Amino acid sequence: MARRHERVNGRANLLVWTGGGAAALVLLLVFGTLAALAMKAESASGLQPGDWAAIRFTLLQATISATLSVLLALPVARALARRRFPGRQLLTTLLGAPFILPVIVAVLGLITVFGRHGLVNAVLTALGLGPIEIYGLTGVVLAHVFFNMPLATRLFLHAHLSIPPEHFRLAAALGFSDRAVRRHLERPAIARVLPGVFVTIFLLCLTSFAVALTLGGGPRATTIELAIYQAFTFDFDLARAALLALVQLALCALAAFLALSIGAAPDAAPSLATTPWRADGRGIPARIVDGGWILLATLFLMLPLGSIVLAGMAHLPDLPTVVWPALGRSLLVALAATGLALALALGLAGLALSLDGRGGRTIEGIGFLPLATSPMVLGAGLFVLLFPVFPPQALALPVTALVNGVMSLPFALRALLPQMRRIEADHGRLADALGLVGINRLRRLHLPLLARPLGFAAGLTAALAMGDLGVIALFATPAEATLPMQVRLLMASYRMGEASAAALVLLLASLALFWIFDRGGRADARA
Amino acid sequence: MKTPLIAAGLALAFALAGQAGEKPVLKVYTYSSFASDWGPGPQIEKAFEKTCGCDLQWVTAGDGAALLGRLKLEGDKTEADVVLGLDTNLIVKARETGLFAKAPEAPALDNLPVAWADPDFLPFDWGYFAFVYDKTRLAKAPKSFHELVAAPDDLRIVIEDPRSSTPGLGLLLWVKAAYGDKAAEIWRGLRPKIVTVTKGWSEAYGMFLEGEADMVLSYTTSPAYHINVEKDDTKAAAIFDEGHYMQIEVMGITRTSDQPELARRFVRFMLSDEAQAIIPVTNWMYPVRMPPGDLPAGFEQLVPREKAILLPPEEAARLREAALAEWLAVMSE
Repeated sequence: MARRHERVNGRANLLVWTGGGAAALVLLLVFGTLAALAMKAESASGLQPGDWAAIRFTLLQATISATLSVLLALPVARALARRRFPGRQLLTTLLGAPFILPVIVAVLGLITVFGRHGLVNAVLTALGLGPIEIYGLTGVVLAHVFFNMPLATRLFLHAHLSIPPEHFRLAAALGFSDRAVRRHLERPAIARVLPGVFVTIFLLCLTSFAVALTLGGGPRATTIELAIYQAFTFDFDLARAALLALVQLALCALAAFLALSIGAAPDAAPSLATTPWRADGRGIPARIVDGGWILLATLFLMLPLGSIVLAGMAHLPDLPTVVWPALGRSLLVALAATGLALALALGLAGLALSLDGRGGRTIEGIGFLPLATSPMVLGAGLFVLLFPVFPPQALALPVTALVNGVMSLPFALRALLPQMRRIEADHGRLADALGLVGINRLRRLHLPLLARPLGFAAGLTAALAMGDLGVIALFATPAEATLPMQVRLLMASYRMGEASAAALVLLLASLALFWIFDRGGRADARA
Repeated sequence: MKTPLIAAGLALAFALAGQAGEKPVLKVYTYSSFASDWGPGPQIEKAFEKTCGCDLQWVTAGDGAALLGRLKLEGDKTEADVVLGLDTNLIVKARETGLFAKAPEAPALDNLPVAWADPDFLPFDWGYFAFVYDKTRLAKAPKSFHELVAAPDDLRIVIEDPRSSTPGLGLLLWVKAAYGDKAAEIWRGLRPKIVTVTKGWSEAYGMFLEGEADMVLSYTTSPAYHINVEKDDTKAAAIFDEGHYMQIEVMGITRTSDQPELARRFVRFMLSDEAQAIIPVTNWMYPVRMPPGDLPAGFEQLVPREKAILLPPEEAARLREAALAEWLAVMSE
């Protein structure tokens, strides 16, 4: 008996070490880089009047963008959960696409649809309605919804699919109306994930910079991240850059705290993880409503994506050969980042679940931190830390993988944690009785039931790391450029056509990675 | 966790192996598009390595401003021997770092419209900022800021943000240098025509090519790219009566260089006929010295020499903050 306890404790310690290590790595990257920059600063600096305007605008656009993304994602996810139609799988995969596009490519895609000479205005003009102008808050919100609504849809779809099919059978047997199904089955499942999804998107929009500026129409659309960029590059005021980054972090901490403290408690009911069967939404009105939402979402996502694909196809023959080694480097970075993000997320989630109440929430909160970190400060801080020891260009790819792994942690955590909570609720007591704790609990209890969210998290991380441009630009030279950096370099050399072809390759490769991982997860779940 | 560590180890091993070579290494810091496959970098490297018996290595940062930022982060420990690609607006800040040595003697810069007398930095190429338009979409381009302001409101322009881009800063100083106290009025007149203000040149130029704006802030030499590479002569630069603000790109040798002789040789090489002939069709800027033979189509001088505008570096640094505050105030009204 004593020996068994010893072993159990040893395993439990391993979990604390893994989870604690993950938390420490995140804290070190987030605060260590900030401190490194602040120490480099030559003088103290305060906020300027313009900064307050930037903070106000940042909060305003992030709140509207996150609210709209979530509100629109709810009916779309519900429709996708209830309906079976040809192309549903493809659409679910493509939902990952906008999120992983390099910002500049996505913005140009949006412009071909919503711009002054875009498709929407062509239709409106033909109908005799005045042209619309998107630049301003509208444009910023539009782009952020384009990027994030699909992500929210995917996360809500997971919540729908986590409702045990037995519940639907029971509901059908009891003659539940659609409304009753929504109230008793769907709403609790969505409520569990909604605060986390909202905060994730809110934070993503909080640190937005190029989108906000390009579609914002001018300096009224200044975000904190732009102020950081300006302080860093043009003024080289490191103290101000660090201070602004700290403001951004504080806003994040506040938002994450609020969201996590209103998060609903999971209900406890056992589930057999099989493909759901549903009897609700069979009526004609429900079909029309669902169909309408799916059609709208498809158009909203596919038109800009389609224009990117068309633009790229036209220039595919001009594709420069340097694209291929760059693609190889991007794939390496993506795979390394994925491994890291999953390890960190599982460690953190395991630790968060094993601690009760405040401790667990703190660990979960740490998992959000990378989202609120300024990529500029993170990159520059790492540079300051590493430069005295290593030549930065030698570390370009490993550092990019490291940063992307950590930056994707919040998404991986969002995908994994609700499901793991659910597993705890379903099987936790049994596992306790069996003395299954620590890493063992993670391996024996959670992992076998996590295939679907794991696949999704891996796909998302891999695709995100493929598209990243933040850190690599600070470390790499063109000779070891990743694909997104190559797209930027082509654009900077007037070669917009070749850039669009390279962007198409990037889009296809990211989607392929996303599809392989995500599909792998779903295949396992069915077995 | 392990993968990045292993990768880091490998990368380090390769870096060390690379340094084991016999040839002296010259590290030139520049902005990334200069050293990209489509910039002058590869050709310059090949030509210089033919004669120097050295290994020229590019180390890059995003743009001129990021380049200076990186140099400041590295400080005295920088490995840079030569820094290439700062512009005149950054010279004052670059000098303040105390990292630069005196520039070597330069040959006559016969293709530069202004006299050059900086002790630390030498120019290697230059251009005029200008609004570029598509002749098929805009029949009659404005000939001055006043005409642009007076043009109907459906003439739309896209510009870069002076807080994040060097062309954006160039436009800010252009308007300030040409209009002084009246700059705010010009900006107030331009405001309704500005579709948007982008982070950098690529976004703005991309939007212009997509047809989102009729004119874009770029360079007088931008149409040369379309003429020479795409055989497309529909793009043109609008020449303004007020004159055109210049961007002069400069290079300097670091005080900390362990290859000072090689660095000086490289700087002189950048001003040679061979290097100056590479610049126009790769960096799409004017050479500072006229190489033998004609410059390619699109490099004809459209702006008379006396219409070149350039604030001296100290003046530009002094004016920048006030001009930026003024711009922000007008644009946020």
